[in-house]
Amino acid sequence: MKKAQYSWHDAAFGGLTRVFAFLVFFLLAAILFSLIYASQETLAKYGLSFLWTNEWDPVQAEFGALVPIMGTLLTSVIALVIAIPVSFGIAIFLTELAPGWLKRPIGTAIEMLAAIPSIIYGMWGLFVFVPFFQQYVQPSLISALSPIPVIGWMFSGAPFGIGIFTAGLILAIMVIPFIAAVMRDVFELVPALLKESAYGLGSSTWEVMWKVVLPFTRSGVIGGVMLGLGRALGETMAVTFVIGNAFRMPGSIFDPGNSIASALANEFNEAAGLQKSALIELGLILFLITTIVLALAKMMLLRMEKAEGTKT
Amino acid sequence: MLKRSFVKLSAALLLGATAFASHAIDITGAGASFPFPIYAKWAADYKAASGNAVNYQSIGSGGGVQQITAKTVDFGASDDPMSGEQLDKIGLMQFPAVIGGTVAVVNIDGVTSGKLKLTGPVLADIYLGKVKNWNDPAIQSMNADIKLPAAPIIVVHRSDGSGTTFGWTNYLTKVSADWKEKVGEGKAVKWPVGQGGKGNEGVAAYVKQLKNSIGYVEFAYAKQNSLAWTQLTNKEGKMVQPELKSFAAAAANAKWDSAPGMGVVLTDQPGADSWPVTSATFILMHKDQAKPENGKAAVAFFEWAFSKGADSAAAMDYVPLPTAVTDQIRANWKANLTTGGKPLLN
Repeated sequence: MKKAQYSWHDAAFGGLTRVFAFLVFFLLAAILFSLIYASQETLAKYGLSFLWTNEWDPVQAEFGALVPIMGTLLTSVIALVIAIPVSFGIAIFLTELAPGWLKRPIGTAIEMLAAIPSIIYGMWGLFVFVPFFQQYVQPSLISALSPIPVIGWMFSGAPFGIGIFTAGLILAIMVIPFIAAVMRDVFELVPALLKESAYGLGSSTWEVMWKVVLPFTRSGVIGGVMLGLGRALGETMAVTFVIGNAFRMPGSIFDPGNSIASALANEFNEAAGLQKSALIELGLILFLITTIVLALAKMMLLRMEKAEGTKT
Repeated sequence: MLKRSFVKLSAALLLGATAFASHAIDITGAGASFPFPIYAKWAADYKAASGNAVNYQSIGSGGGVQQITAKTVDFGASDDPMSGEQLDKIGLMQFPAVIGGTVAVVNIDGVTSGKLKLTGPVLADIYLGKVKNWNDPAIQSMNADIKLPAAPIIVVHRSDGSGTTFGWTNYLTKVSADWKEKVGEGKAVKWPVGQGGKGNEGVAAYVKQLKNSIGYVEFAYAKQNSLAWTQLTNKEGKMVQPELKSFAAAAANAKWDSAPGMGVVLTDQPGADSWPVTSATFILMHKDQAKPENGKAAVAFFEWAFSKGADSAAAMDYVPLPTAVTDQIRANWKANLTTGGKPLLN
């Protein structure tokens, strides 16, 4: 009797959830459309060549996106190169090697690191890290690494303190909590039986991690890395403080550069006309980069799962 | 009975609250970071004196022009004076508020304020990247008393659209044909070398943090952040220190009627004591005020600043406008500001 009375509740709830789900699609489409609409001027003027032109001259009204795109990709790559091994180490330590009383404090510390607002990272980076880095670390890094034959040019230049490498390093610190937390969670999901069988056969801890745990948790680990990459690609304020805001191609990783997000943060306030359209097209490019990265991650996972036979 | 009196009481309180609220008009302004220190001081003192709040956001001159054009603020502020045709196109009136100086600041071990000597052409070469190290003969020859380090110069400029940049590049264009040809002047230019900080605040922060760097900021920022400013040679060839006296000497030559909207540029002025990078900073308001109360409140604020704010301006090394100029501004207000076809002020 009661069931018939409340059946409209179910229909209403179902309808409401359906509305929310479509709202997400709608918002995505609306954002994409408005980005394309607002960047018409530069789309019409430059077409695809906007992507590889190295030019940003507000006085002459000539714009090209090469420097911000390179900066965004470089800082994110540096951030991941530093963050993935460190997070991996943290996750292994927390799941395999740490004594029980240490797991909770370190886990909490990582979560608190993730909760710090990004602008605080930017301020800390500029006021604490950069002077220390410029005076003590960078000169020794430059003199040690620049003489190396083939890749030495990547590490040469004057010790600016701020630059692509510093921005990548700060991004790595911001991204480590996310990747480490996800890795730790998926590592803990590995069935103890699997690990103990490997230990029983005589594997070392390293062999168990590399050959049993990682393959088992592959999709989770990649998901965590993608999460970190997504944050690194879009991070604005922390990068703006320490990247140097220079619209020139960086000759070495210690040179100042620019990323899409920091170019937008700096110039959007007063941009008008063609410059505004160029900045919005930069936003559109970032949107597309993030989408492509996510799609690649999904495709990679699908291929791996097909190879394993878990999906067809 | 209790319910009825409760309703009456809350109705009375509501009416009283609305009456209270309509008493103080809060006005908003946005724009140049160049005069932000003195505008903030004036706003604080004005609030104490009259109870009206003035909320000024330092977002750069370019941002100020954008916001007043979009009518999101009551007044805009820009150090880069607009041309007559631009003012007429948007329907704005422009008047100067205060005059200040832009200084070069350096962070070199052992170099304190006012010790390092530079000339305009050498400054242009530093910003062009032609002079790369501090111990370059071009700099060392003028500074025999300082042992300059053999370190690369880290150049800092603005990353946002800035009237301070306009004043700086305008000066460099006047003193260096190379700069004029390669870069030019403007609120945002294509900088050959260096990194960009956001706002005067950003440049000051970078110069403070990075050893062997040079940047340009409005004088109040150099003082507030304890940065070491340099001397510069002026048009007469004399080496001058940046201070109220030298800014005022440059401003004394200004011909306020020579440009539309009183938009004079005060860089590289003649006079033995003149500071070469002096700038006036301007206020932009719509001629036709859609909100007459806000328009009157904005005018009242600047009236107070001109008559009572001169001492605070001088204390922060900004040059207050002389009486002749403020009288002219008052006349311009009466002549230009309207609301709904009728004059705003009577």
